[in-house]
Amino acid sequence: MLKFPIYLDNHATTPMDPRVFEAMKPYFVEHFGNAASRNHAFGWEAEEAVEKARKQLASLVGATAKEIVFTSGATESNNLALKGVAEMYAQRGNHLITAATEHKAVLDTCKRLEKHGCQVTYLPVRADGLLDLDQLRDAITDKTILVSIMYGNNEIGTIQPIREIGAICRERGVLLHTDATQAVGKIPVNVLADNIDLMSFTGHKMYGPKGVGALYVRRKNPRVQLTAQMDGGGHERGMRSGTLNVPGIAGFGEAAAIAQAEMEQEMARSLALREKLRNAIEAELDEVYINGTMEHRLPHNLNISFAYVEGESLLMGINDIAVSSGSACTSATLEPSYVLKALGAGDDLAHSSIRFGIGRFTTEEEIDYTAAKVIDVVKKLRELSPLYEMVKEGIDLSKVEWTAH
Amino acid sequence: MAYSDKVLDHYNNPRNVGSLDKKDPAVGTGLVGAPECGDVMKLQIKVNPATGIIEDAKFKTFGCGSAIASSSLATEMLKGKTVEEAMEIKNTEIVNELSLPPVKIHCSVLAEDAIKAAIQDYKAKADNNVPAPAQTV
Repeated sequence: MLKFPIYLDNHATTPMDPRVFEAMKPYFVEHFGNAASRNHAFGWEAEEAVEKARKQLASLVGATAKEIVFTSGATESNNLALKGVAEMYAQRGNHLITAATEHKAVLDTCKRLEKHGCQVTYLPVRADGLLDLDQLRDAITDKTILVSIMYGNNEIGTIQPIREIGAICRERGVLLHTDATQAVGKIPVNVLADNIDLMSFTGHKMYGPKGVGALYVRRKNPRVQLTAQMDGGGHERGMRSGTLNVPGIAGFGEAAAIAQAEMEQEMARSLALREKLRNAIEAELDEVYINGTMEHRLPHNLNISFAYVEGESLLMGINDIAVSSGSACTSATLEPSYVLKALGAGDDLAHSSIRFGIGRFTTEEEIDYTAAKVIDVVKKLRELSPLYEMVKEGIDLSKVEWTAH
Repeated sequence: MAYSDKVLDHYNNPRNVGSLDKKDPAVGTGLVGAPECGDVMKLQIKVNPATGIIEDAKFKTFGCGSAIASSSLATEMLKGKTVEEAMEIKNTEIVNELSLPPVKIHCSVLAEDAIKAAIQDYKAKADNNVPAPAQTV
């Protein structure tokens, strides 16, 4: 039995796994202690839960427990990593390198650092969404202190060659931060093998609770130091003050343990569903384009442009399916996704894109329904599309003089 | 974003979808917008040369639901009007009829532009055609 609406927006957030909720429950009412209370059992219970979760997270990403700093989410982790490194290593240099397709939590943090005297290089990406490593090598100067490159992209699912990027950074004595929000818990991520010095991730993208995230901060080879951005009681080894969100952290830990135990089968399952959706759409519709490489891609991501159909009108037609569009026809500027623009796909294709994010609870029946519905609505909208008509008449749309508005 | 019932109705049951013969001297075609801006409207009118009344109107639109609804509504408003009356149609009428929110007002502006472009095209054709009958006499 299908239940509507169907949720296929698992890059935005994931539903909480009921097992995670169970793990959190005791820490709201019964064990409410402050993990920093050292003098009584209430505090000890809370601390025990936090340390268990810390181990679970560390185990998932190949770190040690002491290297996990709890935050409020990946946005805070990104802010702490970039601002904390920029401040701590200001004597060594003021140059950072990132990419045009990063999340706003990284890009806007970089923008702020620029106002405070840092220099930031925003590397372009190739048409397939991946970085050109030679460009990265060339961008590193003796002033460079940090490279921040996302692990898996939140819109197009492309997986950057983090291991190679880390090796380049290592060689040049530069720290590597990665925003691994979409990757951790979904694909194998190992901070040692991948040469990662700092890594942001969050609970709610891996079937855990919202409002809790983590920053991995390497303690050995090299030992990474950060200037705290939140002053207070000196929690989290002085890197992030603030009373710990014990139930959230307990849930985050449980989510990590489940992800680790079930990753292999879950990856295979997501991939099979993703390919089913893609094959069904490609079999029935002409002029559909996949955004981002299919070769190095999160198994649960599909981002497709349906040429000559505008994304928002497509969303309206498939309103019993929750997905996201790269088109934002809600502002005066009508700016489409900057990530898709960075691929050089052209604004028209960016306006025509839909992001599907498959999750742990997505069923095959839901994928079948989605494929059929998308195909039906795209066909209907193409009947309505003057662009599709013009192309079928043999008109080259790039030669038409449009009245931009 | 929540759409008004009228936008939903036009989106689900668009009126007057299709194309008229561009080469017909009685047909005026307006093509406005740009693909990279996320909306393109093609609006066509067919005018009775004797009465100056718009007897048929068709549209095709690439754009969001509000853009589709605006152009669908525009074709309804055009039918039965004289060309002069059609020139008086204002985007605000479309905004009010469809209850468009502020962020979607540009869709109604584009529909008004499409109406004006179609009428201009028709008039330009009519002007060019004036000498034509004389030559054949």
